[in-house]
Amino acid sequence: MIEQGLALSARGVRMSYIDQSSGDRLLAIDRIDIDIREGEFVSIVGPSGCGKSTFLKIVNGLLPSSEGTIEIAQPDHGRDHAMVFQDSSLFPWYTVLSNVAYGLICQGVPKKEAQKRAQPLIDMVGLRGFENKYPYQLSGGMQQRANLARALTVDPEILLMDEPFAALDAQTRELMQAELLRIWSEANKTVLFITHQIDEAIYLSDRVLVMSARPGRILEDIRIDLPRPRELEIKRSPAFVEMADHIWRLISGQLQDDKLASPSA
Amino acid sequence: MSGASTPAPAPSSLPDRLPREPRWKALLKSERFVLGAIGVVGFLILWEALARSGSINVQFFASPTMIAAAGAREVQDPGFWSDFFISLTEFLSGFLVAIVLGIPLGLAAGWFPKLNYALDPWLNFFNALPRVALLPILVIAFGLGIWSKIAVVFLGAFFAIVIPTVQGVRTVDRKYLDVATSFRASRRLLFTSVVGLATVPFIVTGLRLGMARALIGVVTGELYAATEGLGVIIRRSAETRQGDRMLFGVLIFTLSGIIGVELVRAVERRFQKWRPEGFRR
Repeated sequence: MIEQGLALSARGVRMSYIDQSSGDRLLAIDRIDIDIREGEFVSIVGPSGCGKSTFLKIVNGLLPSSEGTIEIAQPDHGRDHAMVFQDSSLFPWYTVLSNVAYGLICQGVPKKEAQKRAQPLIDMVGLRGFENKYPYQLSGGMQQRANLARALTVDPEILLMDEPFAALDAQTRELMQAELLRIWSEANKTVLFITHQIDEAIYLSDRVLVMSARPGRILEDIRIDLPRPRELEIKRSPAFVEMADHIWRLISGQLQDDKLASPSA
Repeated sequence: MSGASTPAPAPSSLPDRLPREPRWKALLKSERFVLGAIGVVGFLILWEALARSGSINVQFFASPTMIAAAGAREVQDPGFWSDFFISLTEFLSGFLVAIVLGIPLGLAAGWFPKLNYALDPWLNFFNALPRVALLPILVIAFGLGIWSKIAVVFLGAFFAIVIPTVQGVRTVDRKYLDVATSFRASRRLLFTSVVGLATVPFIVTGLRLGMARALIGVVTGELYAATEGLGVIIRRSAETRQGDRMLFGVLIFTLSGIIGVELVRAVERRFQKWRPEGFRR
């Protein structure tokens, strides 16, 4: 049983796989221990290829871990977790309404009722009036709003977000970060957020976990004590810049270690 | 500071919206439409003139007006319509059976790799084989009537439908499967909500290719050995040097092909509303 007050608890999660071309066993994730409290917003940042997306896929059940356990609090109602995928993972053949209702359809909710229950979430993410549009008719930011609503519709205990804003332009991304905080405080969810953008992680989170280069493990667990609600201007405050600098040095140190460690041949 | 100051520009006199022209007027201004029409009419006039001057043997290549006259005679002849419906029956029966069997088999072979491995060599073999080459044996097996034609139509369309369908299922984007799995879609729902719909564009391609093959099957079958059908009209007219009647038969097949293509387009529009305009074929 998971400890009271925790939404997610990962213990000693390791992930290795056989490389198809060389036949060697490679370690993607070394050892990850994470506790996330209910209602907490936690981000994982790390250099690309460090295994952060892999970890999220393990939590989501899309990949098996090689070792370790992941426990998620079982809610009285709704699902234990739901994933907001990277850009353009909406089904292109469904309208916004059908996409958002999809999670409920998967649970066997009749179509009419699923669409009725999807409507408040569409309103919440600001897509009212776009219910009958197809994804190709939406901008990238609106697609990710729909993507978020699709995950929220199943009322998950913990929301998993895999670099959801990575493909957006800088301005839309900032706007979506602010929107996400508004929705998060409204929906009252636990969030595990993966990103390679340091400022995004700090701005959004209660805690930022910095991951090492592959094989991934948690280098540092940084508490973000910035007051909420946060305005976008906070990104220019000295405390924010100092934290960003610190995390940047951690990650770039990883990259250099990586270079030194790799054989020169 | 002196100097001539230019007067502020007068409020734009451009209307907010250009008045819409009636459609036929817009059509007359369209270069593409006008030149296309000139091309068609010009060629028909040239053809007619060459036929009338005796430069073309009208026993083989009747003039446009002769074909039109032959058409006017034929459509009043019940015999023509019975031949027409024979050909239509052969086409529709063979094509429908190919659809009903081909799409499920293609979906299954795409979904279950082992089934695909087992079928793939035969699918490729039959796709390469010119199916009309089997006509002699089909006629002996199924007779001179409609059954040998239905068989050759079916063989023509079936593989053309199965192969793109298999391809479609096998190339479904991994991320959509991940989304469905993540929401714990049942296997059935995974198939109907993701695989089936993602494969629709491929199935439509199969229908288009299959229809062309089916039409060739009807024509070839009836030209080769049959007692009834439009192909028989064409063959007998050619043998009796009725160039006008023969070309009218050819024209009917051509029009059928055009109508068929339009029907597939309609199916496509119905199922592919979700594709941006540029990606619709």
